[in-house]
Amino acid sequence: MRVKYFAWVRERVGVAEETVEPPADVRTVSDLIGWLSSRGETYAHAFEKPKVIRAAIDQAHVKPDAVISGAREIAFFPPMTGG
Amino acid sequence: MSVTATIRIQEADFDAAQEIAALTGGRTDIGAVVTFSGICRGSENGEPIAALTLEHYPGMAEAEIGRHADEALSRWPLQGLTIIHRFGRIAPGENIVLVVTASPHRQAAFEAAEFLMDFLKTNAPFWKREESEKGTSWIEARDHDDAAAARWTKS
Repeated sequence: MRVKYFAWVRERVGVAEETVEPPADVRTVSDLIGWLSSRGETYAHAFEKPKVIRAAIDQAHVKPDAVISGAREIAFFPPMTGG
Repeated sequence: MSVTATIRIQEADFDAAQEIAALTGGRTDIGAVVTFSGICRGSENGEPIAALTLEHYPGMAEAEIGRHADEALSRWPLQGLTIIHRFGRIAPGENIVLVVTASPHRQAAFEAAEFLMDFLKTNAPFWKREESEKGTSWIEARDHDDAAAARWTKS
């Protein structure tokens, strides 16, 4: 699946998007944050406060317990500050 | 007649008067137009800033604003709705966002514009970074913006 990062999450991870193949036991958005965090220091830094991180599956907001199976695109970003 | 919202995510500036004219031109059924313009302030928390840079999530920005526009159209008797949100570098005094609502009477136009702005602040995937003498930093989300959006979902 494709993963996108925005704002300071993007800066900390170091890439704007990538394709990942998480193992089958990574079922939810929260699981995915945990798995990404284990991939290296830049990820651990980006996701150090998981409660602050917002997520979207296929361009719609989701909660951390949302199931990721079937998702084409998952995005992680800080709370929004538009308007 | 069903109303379709006009939604534009763009780097270029907009002209509020032109957008009002586009909604109301040639019509005599509209009784109220409310416009909200969000403008870049020259200071943030008392510190002068040189500019804001807005990052957005292309695709989701249009989709998310579209979902809230549809909800506004279903909740209020609107005759026209235009939402424009800019991205990129925006200097103090320049426009950031525009909401224009048209309805037969003022209450619906006021309420729908406020509803849309409250949700744009908290749910539209845009992030502001400020430039100042100290460097650049991401602007933090404010709790009172979350509270403003939450009041529209109270029963």
